[in-house]
Amino acid sequence: MIQILNLGGSLETYLVLGALLFGFGLFGMALRKTFIGMLIASELILSGASVNFMAFNHFLAPDPTVGQIITLFIMAIAAAEAAIALSIIIAIYRNYRSIDADTPAELKG
Amino acid sequence: MTTQTFPAEALTGFLLLPPGLTASQALAGLLFLGFVAITLAGAVVATGARRLVRSVAGLALCFLGVAGLYYYLASPFVALMQILIYIGAVCVTIIFAVMLAETADQERQVERKPVMVFLGLAGSAAITAALAWVALGTKWTGAPAAPEAGSLEKVGQSLLTTYSMSFELISVVLLVAIVGSLVLARAGRDK
Repeated sequence: MIQILNLGGSLETYLVLGALLFGFGLFGMALRKTFIGMLIASELILSGASVNFMAFNHFLAPDPTVGQIITLFIMAIAAAEAAIALSIIIAIYRNYRSIDADTPAELKG
Repeated sequence: MTTQTFPAEALTGFLLLPPGLTASQALAGLLFLGFVAITLAGAVVATGARRLVRSVAGLALCFLGVAGLYYYLASPFVALMQILIYIGAVCVTIIFAVMLAETADQERQVERKPVMVFLGLAGSAAITAALAWVALGTKWTGAPAAPEAGSLEKVGQSLLTTYSMSFELISVVLLVAIVGSLVLARAGRDK
């Protein structure tokens, strides 16, 4: 009982949570057929990485700011990635009237 | 220990408080378990929901739980930024794209073959299990950093001194992304 309530204070909890988020994202990337679904799954993967960085920063790092800075950078990169991916999705939707990932397969040589 | 220890006999009626744990610690532990549950439930919904709108809602729930985890990792600023940027900006942008691009006949889309779904599930479960095994099996050594007050000032200082190059590069990346997405979304608008 005490062990369960003290879970927030150990590094391994956060690492396992990050691994689980990464696994959900990976499965979503494999499962989804639409580009937006894949984008959502990739956001899950990025947040798993952020959780790992923050956990290592809190429990192990000698400099306690570097993990937070890396997480802020990941947020900025994720925002840029979302903007670019969504505009590509909109462009594909204009041309093909669909956001299925199989539809633009006629692009291949 | 500055926190007040409740008398055990006053709490045994409705809350079985374990010995050696103050009530505030127990409450913090329960809240942490709630955040973990929110994160995992949101991830399940984001991965498995049929409709994309529900999937985005699950993603927002998952981000909310992750923000709670950041709070437990003694960085409330990053938790606030998580809520502002991810839920307030990224999820809303994805909702915009879903509204613009998702057609009404999403229901009749072909599903993946069950064999492929099973293969993806098995593969990602294997990778997750390997990662968790490594995380649980390794003996992590390092300086256990005490949560400092005023660590936000340190974040700002090192963002503008040690990591100033990365900071400027991130700004350029964001600018290029904005201009590029404008160009991409503008092209072929008359179709």
